[in-house]
Amino acid sequence: MNINATLLGQAISFTLFVLFCMKYVWPPLIAAIEERQKKIADGLASADKAAKDLKLAEAKATDQLKDAKAQAATIIDAANKRKSQIVDEAKDEAHAERVKILAQAEAEVEAERNRLKEELRKQVAGLAIAGAEKIIERSIDAAANSDIVDKIVAEL
Amino acid sequence: MSATGEALTSTQYIQHHLTNLAVGEGFWTWHLDTLFVTLALGILFLGTFYRVGQKATTGVPGKFQCFVEMCIEFVNDIVKESFHGRNALIAPLSLTIFMMVILMNTMDLIPVDFIPEAAKAIGIDYMKVVPTTDLNTTFAMSLSIFALIVGFSIKVKGFRGFTRELTMNPFNHWVFIPFNFALEMVTLLAKPISLALRLFGNMYAGELIFILIALMPWYLQWGLSVPWAIFHILVIVLQGFIFMMLSMVYLSSACEDH
Repeated sequence: MNINATLLGQAISFTLFVLFCMKYVWPPLIAAIEERQKKIADGLASADKAAKDLKLAEAKATDQLKDAKAQAATIIDAANKRKSQIVDEAKDEAHAERVKILAQAEAEVEAERNRLKEELRKQVAGLAIAGAEKIIERSIDAAANSDIVDKIVAEL
Repeated sequence: MSATGEALTSTQYIQHHLTNLAVGEGFWTWHLDTLFVTLALGILFLGTFYRVGQKATTGVPGKFQCFVEMCIEFVNDIVKESFHGRNALIAPLSLTIFMMVILMNTMDLIPVDFIPEAAKAIGIDYMKVVPTTDLNTTFAMSLSIFALIVGFSIKVKGFRGFTRELTMNPFNHWVFIPFNFALEMVTLLAKPISLALRLFGNMYAGELIFILIALMPWYLQWGLSVPWAIFHILVIVLQGFIFMMLSMVYLSSACEDH
């Protein structure tokens, strides 16, 4: 066996060498590895985030679309309602107008009829009187019988 | 061990550290320590990477997965930049070369006596733990690359094209065929030899200096051995990178059709 102090010397050297590596070789290597890990993790995280954001945006867009549709539907409903209301109002108004016009026309017709009646009555009275005068001319004086003629005229 | 060790002189100590645990004779000698350490490291590399691959998540990765991803990305980027062509083998090959060379070189950082002494305690006399300080390892790798270079060259350019490249460059005339061939052969053979010798030389020299430092008095060793070890962190990674890079460049040029 040749084991002697040389082994001790080598052990010291080796220890120092290992310490050196621990202090100056290992940290930069580990730092590089950790940086790479971090980069990959960050990349994956940002990809995840982007995907999530996309999904969120899509959901938001769908929501907004739905909202817009609902709003449009409400507006159309309101418009429809308003339209029927207007139509109803117009109908009512037209009806009222018709009634009014009819009433007016009736009144006019009535007035005309009354006037005509009056005229006719007067003419008939005149005719009657004329006829009566012609009949009575021979027998009686017109003045003496005028009350009878008046009576007839009133009855007509 | 200091020079005053009981049985060993300095020379013997150094020689002991540079001797492999071998069985067999002549060419058929097996360096068991090299084979065993390489195999263990290979299993370590493939096992951990396989496990990470199986458990890999597309979410936030764990720290070890992050490390593996960074290694793979590093190699893959280099392959994309320097290998022009499509080949499913190149990127995995480069990753394996890179990681294996680094792992084998890293054995250099373990104090030179730790594993040999432990091995001695269980009755194994020799133990050379850095596979890349064994020429057999480096040549095994570089010759595999060489085989791939030749293989790809023939596959892409055809046997005729490959022969043409060896004989009609740089002087395109039949008179120069022997001259061209000699020149191109040197270029071709220099690739595996330079690959193997560069890695081996660097790691062998590094290991030798560790051993020499271990010969100093024990209370002084840390003064030299710690800076050298710290410097070696650079060497280890750099050698792995160079081996990978050159293999890739060689294979890329083998796949290029002129």
